Amino acid sequence: MGTLSDDYLNYPERSYGMDHERYKWTMLQNRKEVQWPKGKKIALWINVGLQFFPLNQKGVPFKVPGGMTKPYPDLRHFSLRDYGNRVGIFRLLNAFDHYNITPTFAMNTRLAERLPYLTGKIKERGNEIMCHGYDMDKLHFGGQNEQEETDLVKRSLDKLRALTGQDIAGWISPAKNESENTPDILAAHGISYFCDWVNDDMPYDFKTKNGTLTAMPLSTELEDRFIILNNYHSAEDWADQVDDAFEFLLKESELLGGRILSLNIHPWVLGQPHRIQYLERILDRLSSHHEVWSSSASEIEKAWKMQQ
Amino acid sequence: MKEDPGYYDYWPYENRPKIVWPNGAKVAFWVAPNIEFYELNPPNNPFRKPWPRPNPSLPGYTSRDWGNRVGHIRQMDLLEKYGIRGSISLSAALCDHHPEIIERCKERDWEFFSHGIYNTRYTYGMTEAQEREMIKDSIETIFKHTGQKCGGYLAPALSHSEYTLDLFAEVGTELFGDEAGFYSCDLFHDDQPTPIHLRSGKRFASIPYSLEMNDTIAYLVQKITPRRYGKELKDNFDRLYEEGKESGTIMCIPTHNYQVTNAHRIKAYEEALEYITGHTDVWVTTGKEIAQYFLDNYYDIALVDIKTKNKKYGNA
Repeated sequence: MGTLSDDYLNYPERSYGMDHERYKWTMLQNRKEVQWPKGKKIALWINVGLQFFPLNQKGVPFKVPGGMTKPYPDLRHFSLRDYGNRVGIFRLLNAFDHYNITPTFAMNTRLAERLPYLTGKIKERGNEIMCHGYDMDKLHFGGQNEQEETDLVKRSLDKLRALTGQDIAGWISPAKNESENTPDILAAHGISYFCDWVNDDMPYDFKTKNGTLTAMPLSTELEDRFIILNNYHSAEDWADQVDDAFEFLLKESELLGGRILSLNIHPWVLGQPHRIQYLERILDRLSSHHEVWSSSASEIEKAWKMQQ
Repeated sequence: MKEDPGYYDYWPYENRPKIVWPNGAKVAFWVAPNIEFYELNPPNNPFRKPWPRPNPSLPGYTSRDWGNRVGHIRQMDLLEKYGIRGSISLSAALCDHHPEIIERCKERDWEFFSHGIYNTRYTYGMTEAQEREMIKDSIETIFKHTGQKCGGYLAPALSHSEYTLDLFAEVGTELFGDEAGFYSCDLFHDDQPTPIHLRSGKRFASIPYSLEMNDTIAYLVQKITPRRYGKELKDNFDRLYEEGKESGTIMCIPTHNYQVTNAHRIKAYEEALEYITGHTDVWVTTGKEIAQYFLDNYYDIALVDIKTKNKKYGNA
């Protein structure tokens, strides 16, 4: 074939560490051991995505996983996602309260604007809310105009702060996708931790032009949407995988210090009547285990930071 | 373009000359962890897009990085527990980026074989000279950092040219004679080693590396559950062990630290390793040792048998 220039065999970043300057290369097993409050081994971070998928999705530069897939108007996917915010979420909230779990909510600002009842309900509970971007179709992506992205971040955070009365220290980009500038912009707008870089099992320091962020490890591989809707496993299989993960992390924590079990879940996935019992099964087991500390993302981040 | 790569002849899986592995083993069992480096901003290749989304394509990049930061030691501890030395399919640039990983593998006498420079640089579109240079760079890098003369090749991201196997064998000869460049993991046509035709005529073998047992194929393509994957590994072993009585077979588990060592998957993998290594008559070994053993003991017999079988019902 022979259509590549010889530049294809140049490797400008081929040297020690990462191929970028955002964080240090370290292996998990060489880190300082962490202890969670009261000597617990596993911090349980239940993260609930509260999302708005607009019917008039633009899909720029890609269609978000979980978004509209059919020609407009894709009522099927719009209403299935909306189901989570009307029905599924109340099954989740009941389960959290029954098992005394502390969830963290990652909310699209547009959802908070559209649904004052739900926002008020979450606010009243006093659980931590982090910003999940404006809506599921307002993506952050490579090559995005920096000013446009800055405006998007500012609008998302200002509005969510006003609506919830919370500081909003955490961030997840829709689809965990970013531009080259996203971390710099987030740090400039009062964010202290973010969850887009799923490259570790523990928090770590992430450099930006505007100070250091904490990258928090929110597993995609163990997410309900990924396992059930991407991999086509049953909810029971999801619960089995959580069981196996918990047992492994517990074992690892005995040798290497505290670990985090992060479960990113969605009311439109696990909030369905045939699936909710498997979330309950997991919460039942985890909440009754003596090594589990159920806490919010920012509490976990703080506990980690204090020990660095 | 050719109708057939021409690397091997048809060799029916019945009445083959009996292979017996060292100490009478029925199955040669090896684990091939791919230790890879994917770039955040790789150059474009007109035949294959490195990432599905505009760079930075975080989901893919961060998952691979996770494998090196978190997964590697988990897998290493596990293999050590079951007396398995890994045969590493190595992105050679990892020697520069993450020498700590290389050191640990060296200490355990693991094998390193070439998997190109980066898993985001594809063979597609390369001239023969460019591909030769890339392969040479990888073999030299492995030698410089590990002292090993690279025996095997698995093309980066399974991207090939018509000359890939020829070039690998020739560069091996140029650098280290017959001690390097003598087996390939790129072909999936058999459960036993097979002789490979090369333009140089070098003695060279294909060693089964099994895409079917590959964790990335199982988890990303087939999307099976971890417990199902563990079951498939055991099922695969059971049949190869049974058939290994007739003539020695090979079982390979190709893994990726970013897949199989996830907390929710490692238990199923461990159960399979425990099961397999708990059997007698299993030769727990490396890709290179299998290839060497085959070339030394069965390569010539295989050539004769292939010729005989193909004449049995007349020439094509």
